[in-house]
Amino acid sequence: MEAGTPQVVKLEDLHISGQLSGRKHILSILVENKPGVLARIAGLFSRRGFNIDTLAVGPTDDERLSRITLTLDGAMHPIDQVTKQLHKLVNVIKIRDLEPADTVARELALFKISADGASRGEVMQVVEIFRGKIIDVTRRSLIVEVTGTWEKVEAFERMVRPFGLVEMARTGEIAISRGRGET
Amino acid sequence: MGLGSFPSTHEHWLGMLGMHGTWTANHAMDKADLIVCIGARFDDRITGKLDEFAPHAKVIHIDIDPAEISKNVGAHIPIVGDAKQVLPKLTREYRALQTDSSRLDDWWNTLRGWQDAHPLYYEAGENGEIKPQFMIEAMHRATQGDAIITSDVGQHQMWTAQYYGFDKPRRWINSGGLGTMGFGLPSAIGAKVACPDEQVVCIAGDGSLIMNIQEMATCVSENVPVKVFLMNNGYMGMVRQWQELFWDRRYSSVDMGSSPDWVKLAEAFGAKGMRAENSADLEEQMVAALEHDGPVLLDVRVAREENCYPMIPPGNAARDMVEAPRGAVS
Repeated sequence: MEAGTPQVVKLEDLHISGQLSGRKHILSILVENKPGVLARIAGLFSRRGFNIDTLAVGPTDDERLSRITLTLDGAMHPIDQVTKQLHKLVNVIKIRDLEPADTVARELALFKISADGASRGEVMQVVEIFRGKIIDVTRRSLIVEVTGTWEKVEAFERMVRPFGLVEMARTGEIAISRGRGET
Repeated sequence: MGLGSFPSTHEHWLGMLGMHGTWTANHAMDKADLIVCIGARFDDRITGKLDEFAPHAKVIHIDIDPAEISKNVGAHIPIVGDAKQVLPKLTREYRALQTDSSRLDDWWNTLRGWQDAHPLYYEAGENGEIKPQFMIEAMHRATQGDAIITSDVGQHQMWTAQYYGFDKPRRWINSGGLGTMGFGLPSAIGAKVACPDEQVVCIAGDGSLIMNIQEMATCVSENVPVKVFLMNNGYMGMVRQWQELFWDRRYSSVDMGSSPDWVKLAEAFGAKGMRAENSADLEEQMVAALEHDGPVLLDVRVAREENCYPMIPPGNAARDMVEAPRGAVS
């Protein structure tokens, strides 16, 4: 209904607009590049009980600003509450809840896989399929670098785990909006 | 806590809402089909058990901070804006509808019935014993109900909220949901400096006052004539009440033990100290304290183990409210 419309609504027709989206959200947050800013944001999340799935912080093209990319589960948290609370912090300049279809997201992951003579070839095939890179090799192990979306990294993990996944490190996704416009 | 923004003497005032609010106000929320919330945040002391709060109600939530909308209770109609600007526009629209107010007569009759059946109640003190509720009523009379009242946190705060009857806005200054004991005295100093022509009374509990009593030195050295009315029961009363009601009177760390002599303490700071031990001359002493030209600490010895009712036990819904026992020996 348009604002100012002289129309009476019935109580039973009123509904609370949907709060839980049920999907993963990527928030791209421009913040001041100052000491303590990350602590304030992390503090807000812990006080409010928001659970962050991943968090990545890095510089932007403007040295005064940093970009925080964080992913959250929209099935557990009302995302608009999260963004409204973040907006109240003075160090937060801009927040975007990125639309999946208009967003390019990438994550870097390092996998240390136990691979001896017998299984090495097979592991290397998987690495090739995922367009990963072998960046360290010993007689008993490989270290593989994989980049891609969160889902691709998950898929790679599932494929190599049976060979013996010694350890894994992931950066969490960073993201940027498609097209010419700024994120 | 918003008390005074709607005059307590108005016929449509149902009393404070929440854990120690009135029976009628809480049950009205429980049965309401529409709630208009202006600048409040539905905190847990208001809602009780959140998912059983106002189960039939649609909510219109007006707040200047968008983050408050749907934070605790979902808003069916969110309005983000300054209440001062929103309310005149809203009332203009509402009046234009020319609704028939008699459609609410049944509802008001129900509410009146509840008010008659479930008023605020306490057993009167005997033999000059000062009941804390009586102390607040005496304070209301002594100040003609027109003082800026600051408070600490606990039973005295809830009794003041229940019994003082605020009729004007910005007269009830306390830290609300922050729950900061010791808030009353320094905020009374601030209120008195800001409004030197107003009566400013700090109603304090003995557990709270001791947390910031050093500010008496500020009152004296800066010559700020605030009046501290100390509701002295020798306990951290609200915590004691919970231990009585929910932990079978196994009191732990609530008895204040050997408290200071408050009169001497006030005098040590260079302020005037007074003591009231009999309900007969309490009001008179309050008036004397108010008329004294300078800071005063009035130590009022109240009934030790009085409980603050009605009460929604923590984790319960508003409709599970417990009222003061009548005629029972407490």
